[in-house]
Amino acid sequence: MVRSHILVCGGTGCHSSGSNKLFENFESELKAAGLADEVKVIMTGCFGLCALGPVVVVYPEGAFYSQVKVDDVKEIVTEHLLKGRLVKRLLYTETIAEDTILSLDNTDFYRKQKRVALENCGVIDPENINEYIAYDGYMALAKVLTEMTPQDVVKEISDSGLRGRGGGGFPTGKKWSFAAAQPAGDKYVCCNADEGDPGAFMDRSVLEGDPHCVLEAMAIAGYAIGSNHGYIYVRAEYPIAVKRLRIAIAQAREAGLLGDNILGSGFNFDIDIRLGAGAFVCGEETALMNSIEGKRGDPRPRPPFPAVKGLFGKPTILNNVETYANISRIIRNGAAWFASMGTEKSKGTKVFALGGKINHTGLVEIPMGTTLREIIEEIGGGCPDGKKFKAVQTGGPSGGCIPEKYLDTPVDYETLTALGSIMGSGAMIVMDEDNCMVDIAKFFLEFTVEESCGKCTPCRVGVRRLYEILDKITSGNGEMEDIDKLEELCYFIKENALCGLGQTAPNPVLSTIKYFREEYEAHIIEKRCPAGVCKKLLNYTIDPELCKGCTLCARNCPANAITGEVKKAHVIDSAACIKCGACIDSCKFKAIFKK
Amino acid sequence: MKNLAELQALRDEMKEKVGVRKDSEHRMRIVVGMATCGIAAGARPVLAACIKEVETRKLTDVVVAQTGCIGICQFEPVVEIFDADGSKTTYVHVTPEKIPKIFASHVVNGSPVVEYTIGANAN
Repeated sequence: MVRSHILVCGGTGCHSSGSNKLFENFESELKAAGLADEVKVIMTGCFGLCALGPVVVVYPEGAFYSQVKVDDVKEIVTEHLLKGRLVKRLLYTETIAEDTILSLDNTDFYRKQKRVALENCGVIDPENINEYIAYDGYMALAKVLTEMTPQDVVKEISDSGLRGRGGGGFPTGKKWSFAAAQPAGDKYVCCNADEGDPGAFMDRSVLEGDPHCVLEAMAIAGYAIGSNHGYIYVRAEYPIAVKRLRIAIAQAREAGLLGDNILGSGFNFDIDIRLGAGAFVCGEETALMNSIEGKRGDPRPRPPFPAVKGLFGKPTILNNVETYANISRIIRNGAAWFASMGTEKSKGTKVFALGGKINHTGLVEIPMGTTLREIIEEIGGGCPDGKKFKAVQTGGPSGGCIPEKYLDTPVDYETLTALGSIMGSGAMIVMDEDNCMVDIAKFFLEFTVEESCGKCTPCRVGVRRLYEILDKITSGNGEMEDIDKLEELCYFIKENALCGLGQTAPNPVLSTIKYFREEYEAHIIEKRCPAGVCKKLLNYTIDPELCKGCTLCARNCPANAITGEVKKAHVIDSAACIKCGACIDSCKFKAIFKK
Repeated sequence: MKNLAELQALRDEMKEKVGVRKDSEHRMRIVVGMATCGIAAGARPVLAACIKEVETRKLTDVVVAQTGCIGICQFEPVVEIFDADGSKTTYVHVTPEKIPKIFASHVVNGSPVVEYTIGANAN
């Protein structure tokens, strides 16, 4: 019998810091120690605490080892697994107690989390269907096929209050009921795994850590609307997710959980994968369906909505990965259980990807209604190096920046929209005092200019004009009326763009003008970047009092812009200076300032 | 898989294999001393016997773990059982032959085997 399990995180974050090497080393070290029969090594999905990766958890103790290196493997095997002594120096500090270890659930990072969509991530081996089944996998599909009518399924999902997790927040049950109401015939179930928001990686983590839950949910959706065929549209940039999906589909077919006559019920359902080439607009539902059909990934006008006329002109439902990840849990635990979590209009939990200037970079799942402050300060551990929090950007390029004074807002679809941002897919990028808000707006606009498909004029031309005005302001050439121009153009684009990409693209500009107007004004009136980011507005100066004349800065300056005699104060020629910052880095007397 | 019953049977079978991954609080812990002294005195077969008992009896709320030297090397192999309520029983000079009795009496029925404990063997 196996008495101990070693769980090695195989998510993309830990994988890129070498967790697959750890896996191999654990296997070989266990073999060398004669423990191969009693200790099992399992590659799982993401644990969420990506900042501390690679992560290794040893059961039954539940010891959480963080930032494990290949050289540490031998010590864990000989100390922990052979002699039963915990390797304290590698334990996550918050879990260390006098003579035992505390449960992970009691750490700041996990305490307020509630894992529903991520239930199995970091718990099971995603490449082994039997592990998914051990945690009640496919029992929800069995339940709907044996005990429920398609109408029951739609009603259960409607009653749960689940809303689309991809950003729009449309009630999932309603979407399914529209497609179910269409006359019988070819219908399709699609999964949107084209996660494109910079900073968002929850869909990737679900696919990597628990691929079967998406397959099971799609089969349930197929039963509910009367469809026999599903497509998963996943970006090719997610090689691990694609690989595990392929394995999962093959295993599910082998086990008779996909294919013809599933569990003897007479219901047939199968799933194919389509790889996206990484165009942001293909995350938009109509563009995505065009792309699956083999056409150019352009959006098409709605109506007709996909539920009526979607993929190949047939009724189609399209849900996001995280939405599907909730389905089997709702069927198993009941709509009332799901509806008991969250706020009045937003039920359940939401996964957020924390990134930017935050200590605990990673993936968190919290009940709707948790405040931004709890997410950022308690779970996320606040900004590193004691810097002051400035704003949080939610919803990626379609979202907006929320300043400090609104941090106590409970998060749900409505509150974020009211603040001028959106829930979006759940990316949360934290910014501190060193971030320039005009530059941030420009960054997101640069992204949308690049990703605009070019089909409609408001987006193709309008978003580019927005970018050009922002560039003018950050270059020091802005005029006060530019702010008015920006706002006017923003509202025009919001009202007239064809699809979600264009309609939401102005959000970063509008929210930063709304909350950080003084930064725009500083750039325009004073020709100054308060955060010291916009290079063209920066001036490097040497304080003659502090300068010792050591010549180090002059020797390090790549532009030869610094002159001065030995042991006398040096001077920077602003005209020649390229504002690279090499002088500041080299000065030992902290005599150089940027303003 | 052709029907629900087969799926349920597979689920139940697999559930046992991942039981070790449950949160270890509120469970009985059986800890075998596996320092040099313990191993030299024959702790390894004792550990194997414990694991075998858990397996054959299909116990789900029991964890078998190891620990280092607890300082009573003359009594090795030592097995300590921490009940779910936190109370501890220390068995000394344990052999694989003594394990089935400890499991039948203590682990399953909650009544410690007094004659194997350190209290009965202190002299």
